[in-house]
Amino acid sequence: MVALEKALVGNRRYWTWIGALLVVIALGVLSYLRQLQFGLGITGLSRDVTWGLYIAQFTFLVGVAASAVVVVLPYYLHNYRAFGKITILGEFLAISAVTMCLLFIFVDMGQPGRVLNVLLYPTPDSIMFWDMVVLSGYLLLNAVIGGITLGAERKDVPPPRWILPVIILSIPWAVSIHTVTAFLYSGLPGRHLWLTALLAPRFLASAFASGPALLILLTMVVRRLARFDPGQEAIQKLSLIVTYTMIINVFFVLMEVFTVFYSQIPEPMSHFQFLFVGLDGHAPLVPWMWASMALAVISLVLLITPRYRANERLLAVACVMVFASLWIDKGMGLIVGGFVPSPLGHVTPYVPTLPEVSITLAIWAVGVLMLTVLYKMALAVREELA
Amino acid sequence: MSMDRRRFLEVAGLSALAVAGKRGFDALTDGGRAEGATERRPAARWAMVIDLRKCVNDRGCTDCIAACDRAHNVPHFDERAHEVKWIWREPFEKAFADHGSPYTEDAFKSKSLPVLCNHCDNPPCVRVCPVKATWKRDDGIVMMDYHRCIGCRYCMAACPYGARSFNWLDPRPRVKELNPDFPTRTKGVVEMCNFCEERLAKGRAPACVEACGEQALVFGNLHDPGSEVRRLLRTRHAIRRKPELGTGPNVYYLV
Repeated sequence: MVALEKALVGNRRYWTWIGALLVVIALGVLSYLRQLQFGLGITGLSRDVTWGLYIAQFTFLVGVAASAVVVVLPYYLHNYRAFGKITILGEFLAISAVTMCLLFIFVDMGQPGRVLNVLLYPTPDSIMFWDMVVLSGYLLLNAVIGGITLGAERKDVPPPRWILPVIILSIPWAVSIHTVTAFLYSGLPGRHLWLTALLAPRFLASAFASGPALLILLTMVVRRLARFDPGQEAIQKLSLIVTYTMIINVFFVLMEVFTVFYSQIPEPMSHFQFLFVGLDGHAPLVPWMWASMALAVISLVLLITPRYRANERLLAVACVMVFASLWIDKGMGLIVGGFVPSPLGHVTPYVPTLPEVSITLAIWAVGVLMLTVLYKMALAVREELA
Repeated sequence: MSMDRRRFLEVAGLSALAVAGKRGFDALTDGGRAEGATERRPAARWAMVIDLRKCVNDRGCTDCIAACDRAHNVPHFDERAHEVKWIWREPFEKAFADHGSPYTEDAFKSKSLPVLCNHCDNPPCVRVCPVKATWKRDDGIVMMDYHRCIGCRYCMAACPYGARSFNWLDPRPRVKELNPDFPTRTKGVVEMCNFCEERLAKGRAPACVEACGEQALVFGNLHDPGSEVRRLLRTRHAIRRKPELGTGPNVYYLV
């Protein structure tokens, strides 16, 4: 692969970081081996709450992956030069996010040895089949685009012409991965938290807020660690995108709240009650959901006020808040909340177990490791040219 | 029992003959497109009718549940989280949340009733399965292939009746007495009621139906106008769980 040797040289700090990630991964692998042996009963999941932390992380990370489009689209379609330096960072973020998605699906399977059945018995009726198609396609697209553009950059030549249609294709494809992921949930007849046409738009809005917020933070980190300046303009433009998408996301959430509570239909209301005030004496997610709301409001104050947004330190705080708020909302509330109460009205609380958390952290560590290596390659190529 | 064995065998045998005969006829007459064969006689459509006036489930009777568990090697887990259930008791207000009012409480609040897979006409579980491990037969029974299931549990999210169970742990040590005539399952796969298709194939009624001493459970072919289930549905008021979802459930409750 192009420039992979660049990832094999680094200072002490680099190798300490890589080592720490490998330790987290190793612990997760041990937990996974135990899960393989005992079964998914090792997690906090139950007959009523059949999806939890794994599938919620998957859902959240599909959004992060899709968000690469907010730098790819302005740069390639509108020739917006300021994003020139960070486009590759967005694409590489997408690659590691999709990889994490696939790993989260894999560890959630009861019979991982039968994973190829999805290819042996393709089922176009199933949204999960389409999700697999669009996710693996997106991974392939970004790997090809990232590899070709970085390779050309290294040789200091413009990328081949044939890559442009591939890049253009990746734009609607990015939208498709999160739309199809929303369809996984919004087409189920008995799950009233998800049974809303607003789910896919909400997914996209929250993705296009959390992803670029993460990208801003990553570019800030990279700027400190390497001789790399994405430029003031790129960060400020990204922050404007985060501001608008976060406003749209909160607007969508309020739309949902209005419809559910003004109509007063019990089943859709019961899920919101479980999430925000508790139901039948169970309120495990209540503090989390209110924290998510508070973070959203404070981050919006910081983002909307031009003076605060222009201040990079405050912008970083706002980005952390946006990311945390949306992680709680999507990475915890939306999936678990859809299962409680159950179709029979039972309230079964779900709390992830230690092995489950360990496996989850390990997959995040795999993603961060991939991101580290990919960014290291990209930056080394740039430094070489400079 | 509302349908004795002889009558059941007659119906099942005739249905099987009719299907076989029709298939043979189709083969001889260019796929059934010939004149006179255009009106396709549908296969059996199995359904269950549960008479809540007869059912004494709320008085602690679990005969149908025990018979099913024995017949199908259903494991028993102590923790509610890991439960595997094919047919089980549910309070009326949970099974029929949209039916009762504050004033029907005395009659129904204490009432519990047996619930099971509804073997829907339009099953969401079948629609979502990414590997066709669950499918609907011509006679309406929703089947499950334990050897193909990848354990993604999408079908469990899709079922609006909570009828499906997942093997969170190895079920085999938790089977009380092993029935060698029915397969056990492995950990990591989904299972649910199969309307006793293995018994139907031998012309026998489902285990729960046979076990009910009150004869509250009646099983039969909805496509046969003369069947006992059709007679009951004609003469008594029957309700189904969540028919508004368009799933077409095939378990009827007489109130």
